[in-house]
Amino acid sequence: MASRSRDLDKLLLRPGHLVGPSFEPGTQLRDDLQEYVRILVVGAGGLGCELLKDLALSGFRNLEVIDMDRIEVSNLNRQFLFRLEDVGEPKAQVAAKRVMERVSGVNIVPHFCRIEEKELEFYSEFSIIVLGLDSIEARSYINAVACGFLEYDSNDEPLEETVKPMVDGGTEGFKGHARVILPGMTPCFECTIWLFPPQVKFPLCTLAETPRTAAHCIEYAHLIKWDEVHSGKSFDPDNPQHMQWVYSEAVKRAQLFGIPGVTYTLTQGVVKNIIPAIASTNAIVSATCALETLKIASGCSKTLSNYLTYNGVEGLHTKVTEFVRDKDCLVCGPGIFMELETSVTLKMFIDQLEDHPKLLMSGASVTVRGKNLYMAAPPLLEEMTRSNLGLPLFELMDKSPTGIVHVTGTAGKGDKRQSCLRKLRVAFKADGIADTDMAGGG
Amino acid sequence: MYESTDHDFSFQLRLHQILSPSVSITTLPFHKTFHPTGIMIKLFKVKEKQRELAENSNGKPPVKKQSAGELRLHKDISELNLPKTCSISFPNGKDDLMDFEVTIRPDDGYYLGGTFTFTFQISSIYPHEAPKVKCKTKVYHPNIDLDGNVCLNILREDWKPVLNINTIIYGLYHLFTEPNHEDPLNREAAAVLRDNPKMFESNVRRAMAGGYVGQTFFTRCI
Repeated sequence: MASRSRDLDKLLLRPGHLVGPSFEPGTQLRDDLQEYVRILVVGAGGLGCELLKDLALSGFRNLEVIDMDRIEVSNLNRQFLFRLEDVGEPKAQVAAKRVMERVSGVNIVPHFCRIEEKELEFYSEFSIIVLGLDSIEARSYINAVACGFLEYDSNDEPLEETVKPMVDGGTEGFKGHARVILPGMTPCFECTIWLFPPQVKFPLCTLAETPRTAAHCIEYAHLIKWDEVHSGKSFDPDNPQHMQWVYSEAVKRAQLFGIPGVTYTLTQGVVKNIIPAIASTNAIVSATCALETLKIASGCSKTLSNYLTYNGVEGLHTKVTEFVRDKDCLVCGPGIFMELETSVTLKMFIDQLEDHPKLLMSGASVTVRGKNLYMAAPPLLEEMTRSNLGLPLFELMDKSPTGIVHVTGTAGKGDKRQSCLRKLRVAFKADGIADTDMAGGG
Repeated sequence: MYESTDHDFSFQLRLHQILSPSVSITTLPFHKTFHPTGIMIKLFKVKEKQRELAENSNGKPPVKKQSAGELRLHKDISELNLPKTCSISFPNGKDDLMDFEVTIRPDDGYYLGGTFTFTFQISSIYPHEAPKVKCKTKVYHPNIDLDGNVCLNILREDWKPVLNINTIIYGLYHLFTEPNHEDPLNREAAAVLRDNPKMFESNVRRAMAGGYVGQTFFTRCI
């Protein structure tokens, strides 16, 4: 075993001047990594396959992987754990099996399902969550789950033991990124969602009347012609027959308008927003992610701070940017702490918001965990929620001693008034005694 | 989002990252030293913590929070300031704001007296993505086709996250008071509006009252 961990030993067995302040090098650390640290890899595709290999070879022994897809032929150029005979099998299962065959001692539990299908406790069991996802929606979901575990103390500082680290990787052709997300410390996914450029959308009338490009013809077939011919049946981008139909309709349209360039590959690209994937990009980004995971788990070095971008279009370029948190982030921010008596009604709570020095919010609407407790507008919803005003907020929140409440209304003074949406950390005190244990979870 | 820099890529990417002076968690805004090894011990504690929390809150496991999209939508809805010609309804009750319907009764123009209903579908990453809006009512209109697709710029190419539900509803209302033949989804209707407004007017009235325009039958919506 000693020779197998030779490279890892250089990082784990000796001190250095770049390590964290309480780094304790030694074989105990190496063994603890193997025994106690549990890593979840989300996605078993281009990044996921590389991640599983990298993490297994980096000394982690307890890995789990979740992916809802099955293997397709087009995956085989880079998702190297898969072979032609695996086509049709669940990615997570085959990936886990292959890595376990090659790296002795590692245990990988596959999960063939959607990320939304897992209970929150499932995610809370992991030390670090590593993401190899391909969509904004999926990242947003996992980010919300991980940041949901975060708790703050009475000084609005994050409680370290509730920080669920994430390492997020993404690739697109010759470009990619790797970032470290420590909820409450570094920006979360929502804090920086403004980084994404707007999606390319063509005006419907251009598609219908004046197409000029191959993409216009494809989107015409996809968005307009499909409904005309298959009204009721929804288009499934993963169904090859649907895709083939869209492709042939796009070809007809292109011929009608004399537009070149419609190919089946382009059709897939436009309809599914796919950019052809390259094995080396995945390998580079995944290696970065695996290394950051090792750093977080072991403390053998400070992690990158906090967003690395990679561009291999011409030459090879990387850059690390230190983005800052959005203090008012609805997902990872501390929100404003409020202590309330259990007898406070919803109406009293709403009135208190007007005078609260950090809020000064009037005409507030209140929502808790998907339940709209009170809506100031429109009149229809106001009527439907009016009856909640007289009820104690404590009861409306299912008698939970603490909770997150979101309020939206008009805030500020004088001509600085504007509408805003704020997150509140609410703690209830029973019988007039402040229970600080329940407030911060200390 | 992806930018190229002037420095060459070092083959030893990993070493580069470790040695780069920009790598320092201690420069985070909280001025709090992050203890990387501490995290390991703490990580085991996280498990205890979650179990503790679950037990504390009446044995209930951690509950799923609302997505940022739902929260932003909640804000938009609670600030709705609709004209009397537009009304909104929530077929799934007051706790599901992600799918709703808006009904417009124009009080002016060609479509005066008609009732037109639109379905709105909001995604979990709203406002990064525009709401999906379709017209439920079959209407003879140059910018709305017979399948209910609506040609409104702010729904597609001109959508910005700073816009909201109110602006969309106003945009839809405008389609009825000022239909335009320059962005046609219904080519014939657009041509008639352009060349023969009087015939367009009578076509609209016939369609709203329930009847045929050309080969297409329109159900009554007045």
